[in-house]
Amino acid sequence: MPHDHHDHDHLSPSGHLYRPDNDEPLSYWQTMEIAVRELLIEKGVSTAAEINAQIDAMDARSPADGAQVVARAWTDPAFRDRLLADGSDACREMGFDIGALKLIAVENTNDVHNVIVCTLCSCYPRNLLGLAPDWYKSREYRSRTVKEPRKVLSEFGVTLPDHVQVRVHDSTADMRYVVIPARPAGTDGWSVEKLAQLVTRDSMIGTGLAKTP
Amino acid sequence: MGRLPMAEPQRVRVKTMMPPGHIRTPAYLRGKTGWIERQLGPFGNPEQLAYGLPGEKLTLYRVRFIMAEVWGDQAERPEDTLDAEIYEHWLEPA
Repeated sequence: MPHDHHDHDHLSPSGHLYRPDNDEPLSYWQTMEIAVRELLIEKGVSTAAEINAQIDAMDARSPADGAQVVARAWTDPAFRDRLLADGSDACREMGFDIGALKLIAVENTNDVHNVIVCTLCSCYPRNLLGLAPDWYKSREYRSRTVKEPRKVLSEFGVTLPDHVQVRVHDSTADMRYVVIPARPAGTDGWSVEKLAQLVTRDSMIGTGLAKTP
Repeated sequence: MGRLPMAEPQRVRVKTMMPPGHIRTPAYLRGKTGWIERQLGPFGNPEQLAYGLPGEKLTLYRVRFIMAEVWGDQAERPEDTLDAEIYEHWLEPA
């Protein structure tokens, strides 16, 4: 019998591979999130449509936005100066809706390499770059980056020349950080759009370098 | 410690206190000496905001430490640096 299920416990009744889904009970915090969200709607503080719009807005943010900022800084020295002086204002000037984000931009040079971590939780400039990668929130990344940043960087494939100083930034409070990676050699005269293609998410966290042409 | 004149690098030590609650001063930096990289804020005290209390406005400092100060002999590269944001009530002149 093709659908004799005691022989095929790993298959669905229709004979297909069983695909795990949200089969676990809700966790404490999932239940809490749903309860708070329902209360906010029930009490008229917010609406389901507003909450969905915020989720959509966050999902629309991506490292491509940060890449535009970096590429502009590479090509426009006055903008680079404004970005280093006030990261939030510079992003708003480019038209990015970063909400209440308070951003500090730090610049990689021939002598300095910056890397960002949040040891206390998982602070990340999500209003510019979108949601953080899962590894950024791991205890391993958070605890090791402040203690042995060069080893962590080497595991990301980043080996720095010996004379380069590493600056680790622990986002412990109100500010968020973005790294301006060093502009790769061989890109003289490139357009901002073409340069932005070289700027990866990890290069803006400091766990990577900009791509080379 | 209040707002400081920023004419020259100001050396500061992170207090060693260990209060309970929502604290934004990492334990690994308590008792360590660094210098002020820049000052920020004022921002509400997160130790109060976390419990729904009105947060007292405090100056926030970015403090830069060398790895040798933070990790001693275990530092991976003594002259590398670590910056963290520390609220004024956690700092004392060093």
